[in-house]
Amino acid sequence: MAVEVKEKETSEVETEVLATGCEAIAEAIRLADVDVMAAYPIRPYDGVMQAAAKLIANGKMDVEYIVADGEHSQFEIVKHACAVGSRVFVGSSGVGWFYAFEAIAVTAGLRLPVVAICGNRALDDPGAFGTEHNDSLAVRDLGWLLPWAETAQEALDLALMAWRVAEDKRVSLPIAIGLDGAFLTHSQHIVKIPTQAAVNQYLPKFDLGDRLLHPDNPITIAPQVDQDWLMEIRRQNDNAMRQALTVIAEAHADFKRIFGRGGESPFLDEFMTDDAEVVVIGQGTLSLPMKVAIRRLRKEGHKIGLVRLKWFRPFPTEELVRSLTRFKAVGVIDRDYSFGSPYYGGVLYNEIRSALYSQTKRPTIVGFVAGLGGREIEQPMATEIFEKTEAAAKAGLSAGDVCHWIGVRE
Amino acid sequence: MAEGSISIEVVYRGIFQKTLAQRICRSVVLAARKDGHTGTAFARYGDSPERNGVPAKQFAVVAANEIELEASMAKYEPAVVDISIAVDDTLAKGVESWAWYGRQPLWKPVREGGTLLITSEKTPDEVVKQIDAAERPYTLGIIPGAASFAGLWVYKDDHTDYRVLGAIAKIAPQWLSLENAKAAAVELAKDKSAADSVQFGYDKTLLRSVSTGEGTSTHEKLQFTKPGWTKMRPGIVIDARKPGERNPQYKKYTARTLRPVVNFDTCIKCTMCWLDCPDECFEVTPEGHYEVVYEACIGCGICAQVCPVKDCIVMVDELKFTDNKDKWQDWKKDRPAYNQWFEQMSGVPADPKAAAAAGGDE
Repeated sequence: MAVEVKEKETSEVETEVLATGCEAIAEAIRLADVDVMAAYPIRPYDGVMQAAAKLIANGKMDVEYIVADGEHSQFEIVKHACAVGSRVFVGSSGVGWFYAFEAIAVTAGLRLPVVAICGNRALDDPGAFGTEHNDSLAVRDLGWLLPWAETAQEALDLALMAWRVAEDKRVSLPIAIGLDGAFLTHSQHIVKIPTQAAVNQYLPKFDLGDRLLHPDNPITIAPQVDQDWLMEIRRQNDNAMRQALTVIAEAHADFKRIFGRGGESPFLDEFMTDDAEVVVIGQGTLSLPMKVAIRRLRKEGHKIGLVRLKWFRPFPTEELVRSLTRFKAVGVIDRDYSFGSPYYGGVLYNEIRSALYSQTKRPTIVGFVAGLGGREIEQPMATEIFEKTEAAAKAGLSAGDVCHWIGVRE
Repeated sequence: MAEGSISIEVVYRGIFQKTLAQRICRSVVLAARKDGHTGTAFARYGDSPERNGVPAKQFAVVAANEIELEASMAKYEPAVVDISIAVDDTLAKGVESWAWYGRQPLWKPVREGGTLLITSEKTPDEVVKQIDAAERPYTLGIIPGAASFAGLWVYKDDHTDYRVLGAIAKIAPQWLSLENAKAAAVELAKDKSAADSVQFGYDKTLLRSVSTGEGTSTHEKLQFTKPGWTKMRPGIVIDARKPGERNPQYKKYTARTLRPVVNFDTCIKCTMCWLDCPDECFEVTPEGHYEVVYEACIGCGICAQVCPVKDCIVMVDELKFTDNKDKWQDWKKDRPAYNQWFEQMSGVPADPKAAAAAGGDE
């Protein structure tokens, strides 16, 4: 039963709070007026559970909060709630995310705009709470949209954007926001909380139209199709994913107009790239140590920069190609690994190399595996990454056919 | 005008003081925000703060601007801090956390000339005697007060957090002005008296400089080298401990605030303490007594609870002791001397029958 809302948040002005990435997401759930959220604890995602429960207990949020018996049920609950027209939120981490895998696959297949977070965590075994992106990346081929946040502020902003993009009729696909465990989910930063009025202006009401499962609209969802229909359904979903690029760009432009944040590009965040000869690219919070290294190494004359990839799915191929062909070499930092993959690299490394293959003018692309299981990317490691990328720039294209493990004990 | 950044850590006891530590770190950042600074607060992720008594850490970093904050955050968990705050004086014995291997001195991350703040009802001299001998000079600050449970379930805020804020305002006024510390405290507590608590911390914190070499050398130093991937066994396999063998790398005693002291004269050798100790800390003596291995004891108090003999096992303030030596040999060697020591430490009679006959309190 829904809790009576005693004190609706009616702040007329943007407020500032000290919040973790998880608490920022809970604020987004409140502002988006989510109808149903399903929960099951696993670190680091469960920070959202706690923060949301607190908002409900304090009478600041009204949401149907269902604690499931496990992650599979958790994701099934929101899938069904979404089919009957509820705006939903869900999330998990690491092996919890994997326990929900069957539900995760069908949610995308059904084109249900579920918004989730994946609090990135290493996959057990070996047991580790720290961040690693292989949990999110495991769903990369299923039709989920996958953005990554850099800060608690961006987590909140991306979440608001997520409902808008996911629920857009041209897309209608689920989104899983990647949040680096610990560095983002559990550290508190200054976060601006937008007003309800601004969010209402930005986020239209969720409307499934004639796909709404309701007695007044008798439909059957997901009958068996076999080979007669399957390819057409896949192609439809493919088209939705392709359209998502346009919808994200629109949602980003509107977000900037209403909230005044979001950076230049919806897909990439470039740092000191104007005169850079060599850049590194990665996702999530690893940009922080890399930015600090860039400031430091630039004082010694290194022309280096950073490109942060904000959306992994849909992959912003065109924009990425335009950006990366400006440089002599690109170091791709993977906080994940793909065992036995081409050149024994990470997922991002091979995706980026693939995107640039047909370019006549293309940079040397060298891979780095770093920060697995929550290991910090410390300054000496950041220096090593830049040194190796600069060396690869001089050595030519084939110098990129290698992936270096950074900060691993031999 | 402050430049750069200041790093502050709070060392606390798992679960009991987790909320308190979080409140302190949050209030530091929010108060410094009023002084125009920015900042971040976070708990150490590798800790397991749910484990009773196990030392854990939270951090607050305050910086002049975003760039300075990023520069500081490039090392996520500060390796060096300006101020370390321990909210329980028994932490003076050191910190063995789930986040690393081995016990570390309480001052380990404190920079040369930095400050170690401890909430305690003891004097600075009494506390410094229990801390590892300093490898570099630092300032010890004692904020008068007992170890607090504020924020744990039904335990209400007792303003320990605001007294700490006052102490920081005294040590680092360039980052935290007294007036803004007060303003932030009143806002957070929604209670005007919080300002008095800030003032109390500011006025009453006792500062004492500690020079190199001062402190105790009774704590062992544990070193642990982590092997590389080429040297490790595949399949996440490690050696198990043999029956009766204790892990030489893992001591556990820094989780202890009270230690069990045993009256071997009244012990009836019933085995209950040995049986119920969750950490298997009791060893059987040749005469069938059970003695505590203090390096392994976390001070949970279950032995004292299950012991059927009144005052046979008594829980005593950890800071009354300066080592972890086994006590049964002392008793064996010189029983009157041991019993005198037992009475002095525990505050209960070693021979209850004689005490009662002599018209004792019972």
